[in-house]
Amino acid sequence: MKRRQGLALTYLMLSIIGIVMVYPLLWLVSASFKTNKEIFSSLSLIPTEILWDGYSKGWQSSGQYTFSTYFSNTFVMVLPTVALTVISSLPVAYGFARFRFKGKGILFTLVIASLMLPAEVIIIPRYMLFNKLGWLNTYLPFLVPAAFATYSFFIFMLVQFIRGIPRELDDAARIDGCGPWGTLVNIITPLCKPALVSCIIFQFVWRWNDFLNPLIYISSVKKYPLSLALRMALDVTDTISWNRIMAMSVLAMVPPVALFFLCQKYFVEGVANTGLKG
Amino acid sequence: MKHTDHQPVAYLFIFPWIIGFLIFQLYPFIASFVYSFTDFSMLKSMKFVGIRNYIQMFTRDRLFFKSLWATVKYVLIAVPGKLLFALIIAMILNMKLRFINFYRTVYYLPSILGGSVAISILWKFLFSKTGTVNTLLAHLHIPPQDWLGSPNLALFTMGLLVVWQFGSSMVLFLAALKNVPAELCEAARVDGAGKIRTFFAITLPMLTPTVFFNLIMQMINAFKEFNAPYLITKGGPLNSTYLYGMMVYENAFRHSKMGYASAQSWVLFLIILLFTALMFKSSPYWTFYEDGGDF
Repeated sequence: MKRRQGLALTYLMLSIIGIVMVYPLLWLVSASFKTNKEIFSSLSLIPTEILWDGYSKGWQSSGQYTFSTYFSNTFVMVLPTVALTVISSLPVAYGFARFRFKGKGILFTLVIASLMLPAEVIIIPRYMLFNKLGWLNTYLPFLVPAAFATYSFFIFMLVQFIRGIPRELDDAARIDGCGPWGTLVNIITPLCKPALVSCIIFQFVWRWNDFLNPLIYISSVKKYPLSLALRMALDVTDTISWNRIMAMSVLAMVPPVALFFLCQKYFVEGVANTGLKG
Repeated sequence: MKHTDHQPVAYLFIFPWIIGFLIFQLYPFIASFVYSFTDFSMLKSMKFVGIRNYIQMFTRDRLFFKSLWATVKYVLIAVPGKLLFALIIAMILNMKLRFINFYRTVYYLPSILGGSVAISILWKFLFSKTGTVNTLLAHLHIPPQDWLGSPNLALFTMGLLVVWQFGSSMVLFLAALKNVPAELCEAARVDGAGKIRTFFAITLPMLTPTVFFNLIMQMINAFKEFNAPYLITKGGPLNSTYLYGMMVYENAFRHSKMGYASAQSWVLFLIILLFTALMFKSSPYWTFYEDGGDF
């Protein structure tokens, strides 16, 4: 009896925490349909009257461009960056996980060290460099570093994963006449699918939410991704309808959340498989 | 490793990273160190000033100390809060309950969105003077608080935003808990250890490597936080949330003091390095590796 009570109490507590976790998000969704007055006065998640104009007027935005521009900009910036990150990181991870070579210890230490390097330290020289190359106000500062596997978190994650794949499979492939590239393409890549999916989700979500880098590198409104557009809307709508910015915030959250729910299984596995056992 | 085991084909695989590392990480890292001894902006050409930036920072810039202190406080609120919460919830979810997947998903959701502008906007509204949190408190007959407007509370409110994203650390703890061998706990029980004793003698030591890794990564993330102060409070009130990342950004890109900002970014780097080194030095005393810690 006592045990069952304890169990019920545990479930109750977990549910309360769950509600606290999700309430802010649901509140945002409901606020996007409410009037200014109701947004602040009512705790209820159900608006007394559902207003759609937060979405229609919010999408139109107040400036020269609509959120169609900002959404497509974000996709144009994020999707190739994600693809390049994964394509470039996998061979590097394979090199570190499966071969012995001179300097491996030092080089892998550098991978880990760059993981711990705060962005603030390198952002000014990077800005100067991209300025000299004429890359400011383009998406190249996002794409090119991704193409050269500089998001070292993903190298680390994939190395951990590949280490968990039995080496006998590589040996079998070699006996069947596969070279190192063949092994990577035919054996490692298919087996890495869960880890690759987690890389895609992580990188997509991080690039999608990124604010500091676009703030520094992108200056014309025409090229603004969502994060900058939302900041701009926040500055403009200070006196107008709040539900517009709420509505656009909701829409901006849809792609990462949708991706998370679609790939949940891979995602949790992928996180678990980083293993973190050194 | 035997020296005969050298496989040069590996360089072919890691070559892109070597190039990327040299150009986009090592070069900027060294350059910012050199910049920190100069005075320049986008319009003004570079002038070497020796250690003047550092002298100014430590002797005349009161905002620097204010920002540094605020950042340390923020790290001390956010990181232990997040990890402790993540650990407790992971322990509970590990008790073979039903609906674990459901709870895990719900708890993880905020971590997906945490750093986004949308969430900063949400936080600004929830915790504004007339916001939802105060409305809720009024229902419970608790007087409203000026969550973001009072220098004492604003930093705490920002820390809450980090704790709200405990899901990412929780998932890592859950994975680590699954790796604790059941036989060990069983053996302890046979030897007469109670639940609490088992936890402190077996489960917790097995978790320490994960705690250690999380502690370092979360600390670095908190030290460089930029979005929350920039978007939610603009560093106010009275610069109480003027976190380090925001200060570096403003000096570099708003006040055009690129050399000075570089010097500040290097001080941040050294502080993080110091904290990390302290943790590494202390880790043999409180982390436990089954294989003795060999990499």
